[in-house]
Amino acid sequence: MATTDLTACEIRDAVRRREMSAAEATEASLAAIAALDPKIKAFLAIDADGARRRAADIDRRIAAGENVGLLAGVPVAVKDVLCTANGLPTTCGSKILQNWKAPYNAHVIERLLAEGAVIVGKTNMDEFAMGSSTENSAYFTTRNPWDLERVPGGSSGGSAAAVAARMVPLALGSDTGGSIRQPAALCNVVGLKPTYGRVSRYGLVAFASSLDQIGPFARTVRDAALLLQATAGEDPRDSTCVLNKDQPVPDYLDKLDEPVAPLRIGVPREFFGAGLDPEVEKAVRAALAAYEKQGATLVEIGLPHSTEYAIATYYIVATSEASSNLARYDGVHYGYRSSDHTDMIDMYMRSRAQGFGDEVKRRIMLGTYALSAGYYDAYYKNALRVRRLIRSDFEQAFEKVDCIMGPTTPTPAFRMGEKTADPLSMYLSDVYTVSANLAAIAGVSVPCGFTAAGLPVGLQILSGVFTEDRLLRIARMYEREVDWASRVPPTVAEVRP
Amino acid sequence: MALSKQEVLKVGTLSRIRLTEAEVEKFGTQLSAILGYVDKLRELDTRNVEPLAHALPIHNVLRPDEPRPSLTPEEALGGAPEAAGDFFRVPRVLDEGTSA
Repeated sequence: MATTDLTACEIRDAVRRREMSAAEATEASLAAIAALDPKIKAFLAIDADGARRRAADIDRRIAAGENVGLLAGVPVAVKDVLCTANGLPTTCGSKILQNWKAPYNAHVIERLLAEGAVIVGKTNMDEFAMGSSTENSAYFTTRNPWDLERVPGGSSGGSAAAVAARMVPLALGSDTGGSIRQPAALCNVVGLKPTYGRVSRYGLVAFASSLDQIGPFARTVRDAALLLQATAGEDPRDSTCVLNKDQPVPDYLDKLDEPVAPLRIGVPREFFGAGLDPEVEKAVRAALAAYEKQGATLVEIGLPHSTEYAIATYYIVATSEASSNLARYDGVHYGYRSSDHTDMIDMYMRSRAQGFGDEVKRRIMLGTYALSAGYYDAYYKNALRVRRLIRSDFEQAFEKVDCIMGPTTPTPAFRMGEKTADPLSMYLSDVYTVSANLAAIAGVSVPCGFTAAGLPVGLQILSGVFTEDRLLRIARMYEREVDWASRVPPTVAEVRP
Repeated sequence: MALSKQEVLKVGTLSRIRLTEAEVEKFGTQLSAILGYVDKLRELDTRNVEPLAHALPIHNVLRPDEPRPSLTPEEALGGAPEAAGDFFRVPRVLDEGTSA
């Protein structure tokens, strides 16, 4: 068994017991990146020197008898939407921030460092987290480790692929409409979107502020719980981050192996309608049957506003917020400035025209239109009304059931280029995930099998606000019965001795 | 709903994004298709539904107004395309001889 097959919990325990050094864990991760990333292209930047210095420091502190934290010596990759003051650029996958270096660390980066993690690099993403395939990255497209001709999903596709290819045991992503759960499903890893407000967004470059949330990628539910434990909790620098006195951070690991019983699972009929791939449906139905076998009850429910209406609502709410948030890229304070301009306004317009890619331009324009005089009520305000209906769907459902299950995505990973010409078809790959962001609830995607062609399928589990502890236990109930996480992608198996 | 060429150009200006002729054509078609999809929301009766901007209750979080360390001028200007002294430098906004 290779060092990179170890889970984060195993590495952490071995490093604490001094059976393995942080340096060994870091070298194994850097070697896997060197061997695999030229093919998979998960990383925008790799910080080998910084990671080695950091690992040596952790080993020194352990030798001195210090407690170095929950993630002692664990290599972690972070999505390039998170500000890092480690000397690496924070580009958000955009040309407009090429070479921009953040002057401070995001809250979650501070947390990783405080818990002894070794940050090995920044992962690729769709520009400003807008997309579902990483094809909107201004730099390159990340490949799916299970089939290099296919996308890893997005927008956090680099983080998902890095964990799936065993370059790192843990990665952070962000999820505005499915950007953690969807790539997790497409890459056979666990991806968790916490409740809005559970994790501070300080230092997360904003896309849609009422929807964005940071969360973990891991190969196991336990590792995802560990990374959530390390990052959750209050932060006075994000006023939407919940206070610990109102929502204490529970111990996510303590009771993880205790099944939830009785367990009532809501199965929304809208998540099994037209457009769902039969092989995906089969794998998800088999997972539901595995829960039934453990004594869970399946309850058919309706979420009438939470598929097509949710996509429509999402693309108004998210783009409206984005049009405001991305106004900051003005060629003045940071980032790219066009060298050729006649005056101030012309400088803005050329800098943004040259610095942003097509999808970002489309979304800024759509949001600007939805907020503009004469259209505000018809588009933005009406979308906010439907947002309330979507939240009510979930509130009513959670009166009857403990969680909701269905497919994370309608299809397995699609081919590169398959959806780039038609933005709407790309948007529909998030049809089962966006409603959780609009309702602020927690959701996780757990590996639940493979298609005949060997492509991963994800089971999505949704639960009410601030119930991540129970959500993770429910996910673990299934995980312990199956063995999907131990499968090694063919690209990874190839480079092994 | 189909956006006219003028509407696309106007949205481009409001968005501060210069568009080429080809982009006006392409984005016009794509935005019209997306807005057509969004029009699904009109099927719903939302007359008696209150808009929901944030799914969770949001409270003001206040702290005492005390001086604390923050970015130095050098750090704050570190990412600027052009700076001069302690200032961001921008193209001329007023013409020579224009009085304020």
